[in-house]
Amino acid sequence: MAIEVDVERRLGDVRIQARFAGEPGITVLFGHSGAGKSSVVNMISGLLKPDRGRIAVDGRVLFDDRRRINLPARKRRVGYIFQESRLFPHLKVRRNLLYGRRFAPRQERYVNPDRIVDLLGIGHLLDRRPPMLSGGERQRVAIGRALLASPSLLLMDEPLASLDAARKNEILPYIERLRDELKVPIVYVSHQFEEVSRLADMLVVMENGRLAAAGPLGEIMGRLDLASIAGREEAGTVIEARVIGHDREFQLTHLQCAAGELVVPRVAKPEQATVRVHIHALDVAIALEPPRGLSIRNVLPARIEEIGRETIPYAELRLNAAGVPLIAYVTGKAAHELDLRVGREVYALIKSVAIDRHGAE
Amino acid sequence: MFDFLLLSPLETQVVVLSLKVALLSLAINLPLAVAVAYLLARYRFPGKSLLNALVYLPLVLPPVVTGYLLLLTLGTQGPVGAWLKDTFGIVVAFRWTGAAIAAAVMGFPLAVGAIRLSIDAVDRRIEDAASTLGANRAWIFLTITLPLILPGIITGAILAFARALGEFGATITFVANIRGETQTLPLAIYSLTQVPGKEMAALRLLIISVLLSFAALIASEVLHKTVSKRMFGHGD
Repeated sequence: MAIEVDVERRLGDVRIQARFAGEPGITVLFGHSGAGKSSVVNMISGLLKPDRGRIAVDGRVLFDDRRRINLPARKRRVGYIFQESRLFPHLKVRRNLLYGRRFAPRQERYVNPDRIVDLLGIGHLLDRRPPMLSGGERQRVAIGRALLASPSLLLMDEPLASLDAARKNEILPYIERLRDELKVPIVYVSHQFEEVSRLADMLVVMENGRLAAAGPLGEIMGRLDLASIAGREEAGTVIEARVIGHDREFQLTHLQCAAGELVVPRVAKPEQATVRVHIHALDVAIALEPPRGLSIRNVLPARIEEIGRETIPYAELRLNAAGVPLIAYVTGKAAHELDLRVGREVYALIKSVAIDRHGAE
Repeated sequence: MFDFLLLSPLETQVVVLSLKVALLSLAINLPLAVAVAYLLARYRFPGKSLLNALVYLPLVLPPVVTGYLLLLTLGTQGPVGAWLKDTFGIVVAFRWTGAAIAAAVMGFPLAVGAIRLSIDAVDRRIEDAASTLGANRAWIFLTITLPLILPGIITGAILAFARALGEFGATITFVANIRGETQTLPLAIYSLTQVPGKEMAALRLLIISVLLSFAALIASEVLHKTVSKRMFGHGD
């Protein structure tokens, strides 16, 4: 268990309450603005004191009101990447990066500055000052600065919120590399569903200051009662799949997942590489028999496991395709006419072009 | 024929003493002003409004009153002055060091005001970021806060320095007008204007005084720009 959080804090009229455990990997705290996500990470970092609760990272207790433990922020070894980067404006990038290094005990310094500079692609910025950097560069430097303090946990509070789409795509791969190469657990705050589906291993959903759900990404996203938290447009499931081949002539990539084969527009990854695909509930159609003469490439046999409470105008279906959860939104009328019931074997049809492939470019 | 450009021994003495007094007053003033400004800007404590009023008092009191209060406390008969004399053998009344103290007290509110403004302008979230990186309060102050408020400190220093060069009322009350010891520029000008026939001499000192103040202002402007440029990459 990489991180245990159980905190409560009153802020004005709102009571912030959260309880979750994060595995190594990226835990995304998801919720609308004002849901209390930032307060939770501030409590983890030590910048905000919980009224009660307990916070531990890798078994090291950072806060425990019953045992009267409250480590100050500087002793927590929790790296924090803020929305507005908060670089030191009077120091060159090099000194910004090295600022926290001296405070990490020598034997606990697990990151090599050169490697971080390399990993984040900021070697050419070392002698510049923060006001001269672009928004994306600033965030990369902020990530490096936090990492060089050799943190045992990394907090990211909407690190991409102030960036435009192009800059976001510039940073996201670096965050994925942190997860894959450095193995430092990350708590990532976001209200953008795209970031959730791309980065999250664990998902913690907050609503009005309270915890709404917490668990592995697939499990949480497959729940019909939570599917619409992201909004109807974004609702759906995220599937891990393996590249098994490329169709050069038609610029397509074949993916293998537990449910079967998926065909998607070309993904620039080698064979055997793992890709995440986000299948939107609005793009899944249902057929009772394997269709013929249809443009849809992906046909997965599945069973209906659950039907949402409201069926008009949309019916929400949770499908199980050989262990892979899928959500499908169909009209209530279609559900009625096809006599869709729980337990029924059907075929899920997914348009290839509608599948979101993360990190495809 | 350019003899009039040369300073007379008396004028040299006055200018050197004035600069000496102003610089020592600055050395007394600045560290205290930074500490008090930080205290006032960042902490809440009982008696804060009292301290605030005390700091700004020299700005509203007649300088003569300030000077007299200094004489009462720091004079050889005063409680602090007697103690200083008995324990360390230090006497400031009627000495140039006393003039520096008077100038420091008069410039103090100006320095505190300017520095406090710059402390208020520091984004405390940047200091929070430093603490998550492992730095303690003292280190954050030295490496983040202090460099960020440097332009404010320079502004405060220049205001206090100018005030020290021009200080008259508190000085003459506290340390009198002793040639070679406490007779700074304004005091010398005052003395000369009291003597018939010395108008030219007074005018010369007056011009020197104007030039000195002007040079100080330009120096501060240059310093300010250099610091801002070095720190933030622009000179505004």
